[in-house]
Amino acid sequence: MMYITNPQRESDYGARWSLLLIGMMAAMLVLVGRAVDLQVVDRQFLKHQGDLRHMGVVPLPAHRGRILDRNGDLLATSCPVKSIWVNPKEFEATEAQYQTLAALIGETPEDLKRRLGEAGTNRAFVYVKRRVSPELADQVTSLGLPGVYAEEESRRYYPTGEVTAHVLGFTDIDDNGQEGLELAFDGHLKGIEGARRIIRDGKRRVIEDVENVRPPVPGKDLSISIDQRLQYLAHRELKRTVQQHRAKAGALVMLDAKTGEVLAMVNQPAFNPNSRNGTVPGSTRNRAITDLFEPGSTMKPFAVACALEMGAFRPNAVINTSPGLMHVGSNVVKDVHNYGVLDVAGVLRKSSNVGVTKMALALPPDKFWDFYRDLGFGQVLSTGFPGEAQGRMPDRKGLRPFAQATLSFGYGVSASPLHLARAYLALASDGVIPPVSLLKLDRSPEPVRVMSKKTAMTVRNMLEGVVSADGTAIKASIPGFRVAGKTGTVKKNAGRGGYQSSRYISVFAGMAPASDPRLVTVVMIDEPSAGEYYGGAVAAPAFAAVMEPALRLLNVLPDQDMGPSILSAQKEEVF
Amino acid sequence: MRYDPGLAGFSAGETRFERIMKRIHIDIPLFAGLVTLSGVALVILYSASAQSFDVLLRQGIRLLLAMAVMLAIAQIHPRHFRFYSPLLWGVGVLLLAAVLVMGEIGKGAQRWLDLGVVRFQPSEILKLAVPMTVAWYLSECPVPPAFRHVAVAGVFIAIPVGLIAKQPDLGTAILVGAAGAVAVFLAGIRWLYLLVLGGAGAGLLPVVWHFLHDYQRDRVLMFLNPEADALGRGYHIIQSKIAIGSGGFYGKGWLQGSQAQLEFLPEKSTDFIFAVVAEEFGLLGCLGLLAIYLFIIGRCIHISLQAQDAYTRLLSGALTLTFFVYVFVNTGMVVGILPVVGVPLPLVSYGGTSMVTLLAGFGILMSVQTHRKLLPG
Repeated sequence: MMYITNPQRESDYGARWSLLLIGMMAAMLVLVGRAVDLQVVDRQFLKHQGDLRHMGVVPLPAHRGRILDRNGDLLATSCPVKSIWVNPKEFEATEAQYQTLAALIGETPEDLKRRLGEAGTNRAFVYVKRRVSPELADQVTSLGLPGVYAEEESRRYYPTGEVTAHVLGFTDIDDNGQEGLELAFDGHLKGIEGARRIIRDGKRRVIEDVENVRPPVPGKDLSISIDQRLQYLAHRELKRTVQQHRAKAGALVMLDAKTGEVLAMVNQPAFNPNSRNGTVPGSTRNRAITDLFEPGSTMKPFAVACALEMGAFRPNAVINTSPGLMHVGSNVVKDVHNYGVLDVAGVLRKSSNVGVTKMALALPPDKFWDFYRDLGFGQVLSTGFPGEAQGRMPDRKGLRPFAQATLSFGYGVSASPLHLARAYLALASDGVIPPVSLLKLDRSPEPVRVMSKKTAMTVRNMLEGVVSADGTAIKASIPGFRVAGKTGTVKKNAGRGGYQSSRYISVFAGMAPASDPRLVTVVMIDEPSAGEYYGGAVAAPAFAAVMEPALRLLNVLPDQDMGPSILSAQKEEVF
Repeated sequence: MRYDPGLAGFSAGETRFERIMKRIHIDIPLFAGLVTLSGVALVILYSASAQSFDVLLRQGIRLLLAMAVMLAIAQIHPRHFRFYSPLLWGVGVLLLAAVLVMGEIGKGAQRWLDLGVVRFQPSEILKLAVPMTVAWYLSECPVPPAFRHVAVAGVFIAIPVGLIAKQPDLGTAILVGAAGAVAVFLAGIRWLYLLVLGGAGAGLLPVVWHFLHDYQRDRVLMFLNPEADALGRGYHIIQSKIAIGSGGFYGKGWLQGSQAQLEFLPEKSTDFIFAVVAEEFGLLGCLGLLAIYLFIIGRCIHISLQAQDAYTRLLSGALTLTFFVYVFVNTGMVVGILPVVGVPLPLVSYGGTSMVTLLAGFGILMSVQTHRKLLPG
């Protein structure tokens, strides 16, 4: 070098620079080595990690299927709603903005602050308000607060409200079936979630839809057997009856006598499936299927049918019921009055316990038990409805005479209103029972014969006598139609074999038109407490009130051949 | 070493253009390198700032202003720097102290001094003042400097470094300390002293550790194992590694980096801008950018080797090495071989003050280069 002032310093200076250069080069080598390591060696792994962070697959909700009645009227549908959520890590709001937001979602600013504050910064997702109308959600998002988002959801809506509440059941907040047919047919209604691939940014906002990986498969609609019009009638009349008699509860089942389809099924108390806040516990139960009771006298026609079917009695046989009580083993069977000598029809008309006991005890216990089983008592009905009750029967083996006797007048056996209605199908459809169905059927299923046509018609005829001035259920009569049916006034079982003297269940099971029944209806009123409690006084009027407009709605022709009972009833009205 | 006389000094073969540049004290290779770097920087910044023309414009204006400062400083003869070195140091330290006191009052970290019209960080002054002062002091001492001279130089370094570290601004403290240390090293400190100092420094590390803030310790620990807290303190470094790695050899293309464009990468337009380069331009882009830096550094080394007196040599050497440390600490941090300390990538990261200081330093280097006199020899 040319411009040197101090040779010693110069040589040393160069040497030191060389050392620094070596150090710099080493540092650069490390740096480049690291870059090669990341960008060439680890590239696949890191690229995948990057993709994981910005590529996402989000579910596409599948639309839940609708529930339609047998005529295609809408009973349940899903509407789009939005849910508002907040990422507390991003959320920022002034006091005024807090207040606006709180007012929109109907909360106090303090509550809102506390909720978002508690969630703190550990969580990135807090629901603020679920299931609001899209309009409200738009109002909230248009506030432009950072970290506030709305996501699309759907909400189940039941246009018929409490009328169909028990049959349909309901879904939870995520639209999964929780009760009723919504639960039973959840898989059918639900559909299959789809998926789409999206690109997200570091704040988890969706930047771009890349593709639909799998389109959602919407759930299928469900057509059920219920006729919304009949359901309305049944609901109205049952509610009125329960209120009028200050009853604890009530249930009504109406079946199509030809197909076994459930046309109406209502309960009291009821609930509003669209807003279940404040729902009384127990009011969501579909008592018509899930609750058991002792059918009482409504069972008598089956004991009579069994006796006729087996030839132990002829329809015109006479039975002496005097003195209105009889001893069976160490127990006593009583009638309300001493009815004296009755024919078979008279036993039903007067609802004589003594008479029906005498007929039942003339039958072999096994055959008697089997007859009841064939009618469905103590059997699973296979409706698929959640919580369907099986019902109870005494043990077939060693059926003692008193148990056989009580079975004949409907104690010591328990059934749901649906069980009872189903058994009455046998009387209505000339001795065969089609399986009951809550779904609309395209073609009639193969019915099962449980008794001869002759027996069924004979008993049905006798039951017309019940709905006469001479019987217990004149109030079940319908002008222009022949009605066959049977009342029941059941002392409530207090458990441990005892019965309560003051608590009753009023029942009426019947059918019309009696010459060729189209509808079978069971009305069950639990603990009427306004004074009257006889099945003929409480349940029978409700039956008539539902059946009369129902028959008209279905354009059922009045009976061509008006039976003597109805004529006499009409005569009475004339007088 | 041999240098190309056409570029390095006076020569009969100079072109007219070269004579003019020499007259206005511009070092052509250094200036060309800096302009290239600035141009590349604006291209990168456009992508890193989510394509904001606003950011681009402001950065461009800053660059022009800083370039003007550089050219103005290049006109000043090195003897003036020498003369004013201790004064600049004194003013800088006083301002640092003022900032600290105001920070005490205002509660919390305080780096900025608000002069009403402009706000600037006094620590930036020290990036130049420390190497200038050490060079001024040691250039007067015999070679090799005696122990007491080294000790005095140490005080010139330690006071501002301590004040800056207290702010706390670890990155700048390291840069300032490195600038002073390099000046001491180049001044011909005895190897024995160097060894002793190195040993003492290593011995003092646990003490330094003790005085670090919790978040500073976290950064060091996180650099060793960022996956331990991937969503918290390790987030920066993990996202940065992903950005770099997914860039691969050729990169994803300008404006195409998913980490950078989708806001996964934090501080992407400032401290972590190198990760954007790596993701969008790949290994090739990284090597290209480093090549520009190395060209600039190479030219600076050339200038310092040709410097004519002890003061300019020490000063230019120290400034050169500081620039290298700047680049290395930032890129090392981004690729995960160094802890996260707040050092921007010089002239590329978005931001103002450091750019002025940096280009002022290059102005000094240009001054050193263009004020040389042909000595008889």
